[in-house]
Amino acid sequence: MSEVLLEVRNLVKHFEVGGGMFGKPAGLVRAVDGVSFSIRRGETLGLVGESGCGKTTTGRCVLQLERPTSGQIIFEGRDLTTLDPGEMRTVRRRLQVIFQDPYSSLNPRMTIGEIVGEPLAVHGIVRGAQARRDRVQQLLRHVGLLPQHAGRYPHQLSGGQRQRVGVARALAMEPSLIICDEPVSALDVSIQAQIINLLEDLQAEFGLTYLFIAHDLAVVRHISDRVAVMYLGKIAEMADRKTLYDEPLHPYTRALLSAVPIPDPELEMRRERVVLGGEVPSPLNPPPGCVFHPRCPIAVDRCRTVVPDLRELKPGHQAACLLA
Amino acid sequence: MGSLLEVIDLHTEFATRHGVVRAVDGVSWDVAEGETVALVGESGCGKSVSALSVMRLVSQPAGRITSGRIVFKGRDLLTLSEEEMRRVRGREIAMIFQEPMTSLNPVLTIGRQLTEGLETHLGMDTAAARKRAVELLAMVGIPDPARRLPQYPHQFSGGMRQRMMIAMALACEPALVLADEPTTALDVTIQAQILELMRDLSRRLGVAMLIITHNLGVVARYADRVNVMYAGRIIERGTARELYGNPRHPYTLGLLRSVPRLDEPRRARLNPIDGQPPDLTQLPRGCAFAPRCAFRVERCLEEAPALRAIEGSGHVTACWEADRLERAPEPVGGRA
Repeated sequence: MSEVLLEVRNLVKHFEVGGGMFGKPAGLVRAVDGVSFSIRRGETLGLVGESGCGKTTTGRCVLQLERPTSGQIIFEGRDLTTLDPGEMRTVRRRLQVIFQDPYSSLNPRMTIGEIVGEPLAVHGIVRGAQARRDRVQQLLRHVGLLPQHAGRYPHQLSGGQRQRVGVARALAMEPSLIICDEPVSALDVSIQAQIINLLEDLQAEFGLTYLFIAHDLAVVRHISDRVAVMYLGKIAEMADRKTLYDEPLHPYTRALLSAVPIPDPELEMRRERVVLGGEVPSPLNPPPGCVFHPRCPIAVDRCRTVVPDLRELKPGHQAACLLA
Repeated sequence: MGSLLEVIDLHTEFATRHGVVRAVDGVSWDVAEGETVALVGESGCGKSVSALSVMRLVSQPAGRITSGRIVFKGRDLLTLSEEEMRRVRGREIAMIFQEPMTSLNPVLTIGRQLTEGLETHLGMDTAAARKRAVELLAMVGIPDPARRLPQYPHQFSGGMRQRMMIAMALACEPALVLADEPTTALDVTIQAQILELMRDLSRRLGVAMLIITHNLGVVARYADRVNVMYAGRIIERGTARELYGNPRHPYTLGLLRSVPRLDEPRRARLNPIDGQPPDLTQLPRGCAFAPRCAFRVERCLEEAPALRAIEGSGHVTACWEADRLERAPEPVGGRA
């Protein structure tokens, strides 16, 4: 088994919400509330959950775009939460991100060549204008774009092509870990598969490690080696891909899987559906006990008061449910 | 069952800086009474403009309906005066939009937004409208409806707002509801709630529905018939069973095969559709899908195929090579 590249220990990120008396915070949003996981080199960990579950904030904390309230983020052996900005800048080369919206994450006034070439110059990875141009051409080829795309502007490209630029820019830094935050959800269905195949090809070629954040359970199953399901700031269940999808233990995971529509009317007719009642509660005021209990189809009295720990129920399979 | 709405050879164009965009380019489809029909396609294929054309809400002067007929209950909506059309909107045909936050008025209470239509279209007095509003909110599963009436949209969650949109759409008991991506902005567990609710209400009240979506999976469970659009045209239509079980257009087949599915073993590799969606200002001469098509032959680049029937049933496809698609082999890559 290969080494652990990233280890997140008991990560907590709370946001204060304004509007209280005399400028005091009116409340605390528990966006991420005690999350731990690790990713081995060359592995893809999928992080799934519904909006507001804290998956994006978790990714932003790993990138140090948010300062965690507490917890440790150990990347390549160093705790990122203890680094000063200068040290962080050198680490950031090894830690890149691909965003959801390929339009708003590319500067509209820069050509594709400038966008991909800028980090090469800033970080001094490739010196000399000609050498940089060559490297940009090479990166564009890696992501399936043509040399002439270097002279174009983002608005001249389609959504899928723009996302390829986002991938090339991340690759330029020769990172070991890429955080992919909903990298295909803004793209047309016919284009999503192109980008997923590209990410897989690049992983094989460059030995990349991915933290793949998404809400689409089918896409996450396809690309991930292991999967963590988040609900209201906590990990509800985590296991290798096959176990999580074939033998889910947490009632939330089961409900999520049964809510995913399948493009086959005959199968859908026969399929049992667990339609969850209610909605995701606000992380401003999470329910006591198990955060899932108000919507849980199997909750018992204990679930209203006892907070379930994420415990290992089978080797490599963890779930936070008293009844699992 | 007779047609409730019949759209015949509809053309809707937009004038842009880059030339005329034929967003809807000669499209015909229909919805029978009480039926649920889906219009499926990716961004820019013309599915939303089709619905806006039915409501005659295409933004002018850039956009206009250049030809065609939209026959609803025997009357061509395109011949109605603006005054007559206003009596159709909301009263006989209602619409549900994707983003419930931007389609609700943020400065009017939930109650006012519900009672407005009831008073205008049905001539109810304030008390009767209020009573009906409470019933409507209860019908779409909003708890404690009377207390909710004086609240504003921002006090509702996304799922609640979409329930509210459904209540508004059904307020005047229309014969047809046009739902444009009604669940796209919602989480998957809420999506399931809303779709189940829409199906139950449509059955109970006998309302016909047109569901517009980019996701073939979403409508498999709910649609009686499915129309697939590409570059402003319908390229395939059939019952849900025919279309998903035996797709006969390479685009439909490609859409179905490119998405990973939870009910199937994981594939080693996904099978994407090659290339990019077309630029509507520069469509090719022949079939608009030809540049991306794995089944392309010479003729496809020259001549655009019209919809034609497959073996008697209502299943139609616009592809010269449709016969080769029957039981098309799995593309290379296969299953893991």
